Amino acid sequence: MGDAGLSALRSLLSEPRLGDGQTRVSLGHEGADDTLGGGLPKGTLHEVFAVDSSHGAAATGFAAGLGLRLGGGKPLLWVRQDFSALEFGELHGAGLLELGLNPDAMILVRAANAAQVLRAAAEGVACAALGAVVAEIPAEPKLLDLVASRRLAFAAAQKNVTAILVRLAAEPDASAAETRWAVRAARSLDEDDWGTAMFEAELLRNRHGRTGAWVMEWNSDDRIFREPDKAAHSGGVAAAAADRPPAAPRAGLRRAG
Amino acid sequence: MRPLVIVAKIDNALRLTAIDRKAAVSNLAVGMSLADARAMIPDVTVVEADEDADRALLDSIAEWCDRYTPLVALDPPNGLLLDVTGATALFGGECALLGGIRTALRKQGFAVKAALAGTSAAARALAHFTDGAIAAPGEEAQAVAPLPVAALNLDASIQHALKRAGLKTIGDVAQRQRTELARRFGGEMVATLDCVLGRAETPISPRRPLPDTSAEHRFADPVTNDAVIRESILVLGRTLAEVLESRGEGARALVASFFRADGVVRRIGIETGKPLRDPLLIERLFRERLDALADPLDPGFGFDLIRLEASRTDCFDSEMAALTDSNENKEIAILIDRLSARFGAERVLKFLAQDTHIPEAASATIPAQYSKPATIAWEKLRGANEAPKRPLRLFAKPEPIEVMAEVPDGPPLRFRWRRLLHAVARAEGPERIAMEWWRTQKPQPTRDYYRVEDSEGRRFWLYRDGLFERETDRPRWYVHGLFA
Repeated sequence: MGDAGLSALRSLLSEPRLGDGQTRVSLGHEGADDTLGGGLPKGTLHEVFAVDSSHGAAATGFAAGLGLRLGGGKPLLWVRQDFSALEFGELHGAGLLELGLNPDAMILVRAANAAQVLRAAAEGVACAALGAVVAEIPAEPKLLDLVASRRLAFAAAQKNVTAILVRLAAEPDASAAETRWAVRAARSLDEDDWGTAMFEAELLRNRHGRTGAWVMEWNSDDRIFREPDKAAHSGGVAAAAADRPPAAPRAGLRRAG
Repeated sequence: MRPLVIVAKIDNALRLTAIDRKAAVSNLAVGMSLADARAMIPDVTVVEADEDADRALLDSIAEWCDRYTPLVALDPPNGLLLDVTGATALFGGECALLGGIRTALRKQGFAVKAALAGTSAAARALAHFTDGAIAAPGEEAQAVAPLPVAALNLDASIQHALKRAGLKTIGDVAQRQRTELARRFGGEMVATLDCVLGRAETPISPRRPLPDTSAEHRFADPVTNDAVIRESILVLGRTLAEVLESRGEGARALVASFFRADGVVRRIGIETGKPLRDPLLIERLFRERLDALADPLDPGFGFDLIRLEASRTDCFDSEMAALTDSNENKEIAILIDRLSARFGAERVLKFLAQDTHIPEAASATIPAQYSKPATIAWEKLRGANEAPKRPLRLFAKPEPIEVMAEVPDGPPLRFRWRRLLHAVARAEGPERIAMEWWRTQKPQPTRDYYRVEDSEGRRFWLYRDGLFERETDRPRWYVHGLFA
């Protein structure tokens, strides 16, 4: 084994480090960007959990938004497992378009099992022409362990391609993720003009900073996250927050680091 | 051991179709009825003929013969025709080639008769009635002359007529006037005779299409080592690339054939989205494919021949490609090829807009390798600053739900899906979507779609199947998709 191989192994064993040259990409949501120190770093691994299975589509939408922001206009590789399509629905081209993504700039891999998802994701992050790789791994397969997660994070850093794991029907476990999010759908604020993608996104873990929880709206026209429009919906956020604080502790999701 | 005979039902009687040596010594013959045979030798082992198995066996021998030439034709029930034009030098000359085939097949336990001649018909005639004959070009007539007329493979009636005319050998027949023969037996018989005499050739029809380009590597000692196998694919890829380059082509489909010393042949194919001739990429795609095989490549005691074929090629304009294709596009194309090689082309997809308003058909997915620039543009359904009109996730099979509505044709108030009760906080609809009757055999009911948000903020795409009263009395409801 050459020096290159050895150093690769060494990096694999150590925690992935955020280099100085790492660019952070703003999500557009002021509070979140502030906590994140300007945004999410490219070429790292991020995990998006749905708080429960019924919020799977919200987690998917949030991950799609992250992928679009971090992808920087480059094509997106989306890998999903057969089980995930049966349980939560197949990714829909027209729906992606409605969220502001370009279906023509996406490659969808239908993987049969978690091993294939991981394999395809690894191939994806090794391709510098891609902007980001979104990989859906439902449930908690044994092979998605800390080593697999580190391997993916390491590969993502090599070519500066962002990896986003969508975890539906799963609880967090030890991982090498730069950030970890728990997402649930948030209620629309406006009685008439409702239905844009709204999330209660809790940043459960941030390797290089604080955590927090926010209600975010995805703007499909500007392709950016933002605070729900307070002026248009007076008191909306407060009402939502009082009703069910997004930061309400959830033992299960907080457990692991 | 008792004599062995194979029988099949011919004209309502069981007749012998094949016999072993012992049976032959006991004066049994093919064509004899089983009753007659039993009368002569009561103690025979009888096995019923299995035509399918025979054909499969012949096919597997043909597959093995593929190592000598890609032009192998079946000559049922028990013959094979190999076109070895230009291939003999590879095997040390005609004599060595023929000897090699005979020895190798005998080693595999077959009784073999083989011959080599300038035309397939002459070789066939010689092989059926002699063994090991080689007729030099132009000497076919001389070589086949002593063979019985049966070697002409003519209709039984013609054979019988020739016999009655006192013509016993092909030589006898060849001496007759062609016009006389044509008048008596027809032009076809003369054409057949010409082929056997080496005067004319009818092309054989090979069982596999001839590849565009191929390169092969023979090993004196069969190889089992993975690294050697990969290295030889790389080397063959280079040879192939040179040929393709000289023709301005690239491969769209490649097949690697692995010939095992014991006769088993395994073929592995890959396809590419764009014409390809980079040997490193070719090797890499095969590595992906080989790694992903559910039934891995088993070298057994080793492969003695590896052949790489470009089974489909396309024009490869390198300058053009350099101009129009960015490096990034090329990288993506390579990624798609690699993922397709590993997971199968049907699992690596691109979205394709379709000209229909039926939701499940409006966004198709097609193998990314086959995708072409889209002809139909994506059409956004929502206006600026409006909420999405189509869900992010769509169920391939809409899931039935129980719905409570105020009136049968009104929006839903509550619904139960997967045992969970959802209270509808907001609903918008209906968006009426009529099924396009020209697309389906049976008329499909019209669907009334509702965009719905429940009390928790979860957003759904529901539809009522069938117009109330006009199409159905009890419309059923489904969840078709989920919004973010």
